[in-house]
Amino acid sequence: MYESFWRKFIKFYLPLVIFVIFLLFPFYWMFNTSLKPMKELYNLKLNPFYIHQPTLENVKTLLFDTIFVRWMYNTFFVAILSTVISLGTSLLAAYAIQRLKFKTSGPTGLAIFFGYLIPPTILFIPLATIIFKLKLWDSLWSLVLVYPTFLIPFCTWLLMGYFKSIPKEMEECAMIDGASRLKVFWRIVIPLCLPGIFSAGIFAFTLSWNEFLYALAFISTTESKTVPIGLVTELVRGDVYHWGPLMTGALLASVPVALVYSFFVEHYVAGLTGALKE
Amino acid sequence: MRELKSVEITTEKRGWLREGFSNLMENRTFLGFLLVAPAEAILLIFLAYPFILGLWLGFTDTLVGRKGEFIGFENYVSLLKDSIFWLTTYNTFLYTIVAVIFKAILGFALAIILNRDFKAKGFVRAIILLPWIIPTALSAIAFWWIYDSTFSAISWSLIKLGLMNHRIDFLGDPTNARISLIVANVWRGIPFFTIGLLAGLQTINPTLYEAAEIDGAGPWKKFRRITLPLVLPLLAVITTFSTIWTFGDFQLVWVITKGGPANATHLYGTLSFQRAIPGGHFGEGAAISNFILPILVLCVLISFKFLRRED
Repeated sequence: MYESFWRKFIKFYLPLVIFVIFLLFPFYWMFNTSLKPMKELYNLKLNPFYIHQPTLENVKTLLFDTIFVRWMYNTFFVAILSTVISLGTSLLAAYAIQRLKFKTSGPTGLAIFFGYLIPPTILFIPLATIIFKLKLWDSLWSLVLVYPTFLIPFCTWLLMGYFKSIPKEMEECAMIDGASRLKVFWRIVIPLCLPGIFSAGIFAFTLSWNEFLYALAFISTTESKTVPIGLVTELVRGDVYHWGPLMTGALLASVPVALVYSFFVEHYVAGLTGALKE
Repeated sequence: MRELKSVEITTEKRGWLREGFSNLMENRTFLGFLLVAPAEAILLIFLAYPFILGLWLGFTDTLVGRKGEFIGFENYVSLLKDSIFWLTTYNTFLYTIVAVIFKAILGFALAIILNRDFKAKGFVRAIILLPWIIPTALSAIAFWWIYDSTFSAISWSLIKLGLMNHRIDFLGDPTNARISLIVANVWRGIPFFTIGLLAGLQTINPTLYEAAEIDGAGPWKKFRRITLPLVLPLLAVITTFSTIWTFGDFQLVWVITKGGPANATHLYGTLSFQRAIPGGHFGEGAAISNFILPILVLCVLISFKFLRRED
């Protein structure tokens, strides 16, 4: 019995604990740094793993000496609008591809999937010229228009898998009973797909909250920046790094995503694995 | 019971349905195109068009705000003579190959560890996805601070433990900087492999292992002969995705090193950004990022093959 506990410890608990520490350490470090006063942060004699005099000084600096709140608002604005656009268009497209089976639905679905594989690194330069021509340079609307390029393929793919998993019969029955296709879509398809729509929605929100390259390339005014860009470009001036406020910002900007995530973990896992399996 | 009834109704009314169906045929195609149109319009304007435009820009001398002229292969020729470009190519391949291998091995290992029943399984599964969920730019800031040359907690611990007598210059030395970035990338990528593979592992029928045990197979043999072959298609798809993302990576490197020290950590993504956005050379930047394409096409073909096989 004793022997088997140690075996289990070596084979299971020990590696698990090492993995968990490795994966969570940076978050602990954000938290730890954000609560430390400047003096303590730069004192090499103190144990850095322990907070000797916790303070909210960094939060104060971040909220009152920078426009962090404005950046948060910008990020929300872009994330919510682009999620709504993507979700609406993807829902229609996924339904059409999966259920209507029109002539080119197969190739269309495949083309949308491949769209997901194109990394932003290839697209940001030509997109910059397009944004420039549309006179959307330095505007949050450029991001609202561009983010759907990676959100739509993802949402469509996820929702197609979801449509595939629910039986067709109910829709067919309703149509036999004389309901129009649009009525069927509104009254039967959408309610049945609500969990799938939900998964796609929270994924889209997180993906647009996390986007970095397009926002860095297209936005240059301090007031229009999104949170990640604002923190990285505005809190590092020359060689002066404001580590305390920087870490506090990273922590606070992660909160919306972490909250959405913690409430809907199961949807995330289902969405991720569902998207992979399809 | 309800399903049965609906099947009966469909067969009963099939004749009627078929008539209506042929009328609907036109309608169906029309409706199909109509519903796909909004999504397709956005993707055509902001995905397909820039994709083609990017190929074209690589052959021009476009600058910010100035329309470029066609200059043939000039950008590519000058890049091939550029030692920074070759260094970037080396970095990109090194970064991708090493990081993907480690992500796959560690992610698979963690998936196997988690694929058993224990208390708090759901909770552990939830927290290990965090590195993948939290914005990369933000966790990169944390890594940046962890890798600080004077105040790094890692240096502090190693010195206190007596394992080292000087601070590690994580980001100032080319080799150290590359290792540091790869560690950060592996950290971020493990959860994707783990959660994906865990879903695959859970579909394996446990009786297979029982049968193998009766036949006297050890843990390694069970892994080699049962687990690996069964999750191989899924592993291939996940690896393909991860390869594309790692090869086209930008955020981690840009936040932590900006490509430094002395261009030692530039990837195609960061170099093309540097030349195009602050530097203003759109044509040259586009040419650099177009070097990502061959790998992208290769990965797409591989994933296509595996996806087909699963069908």
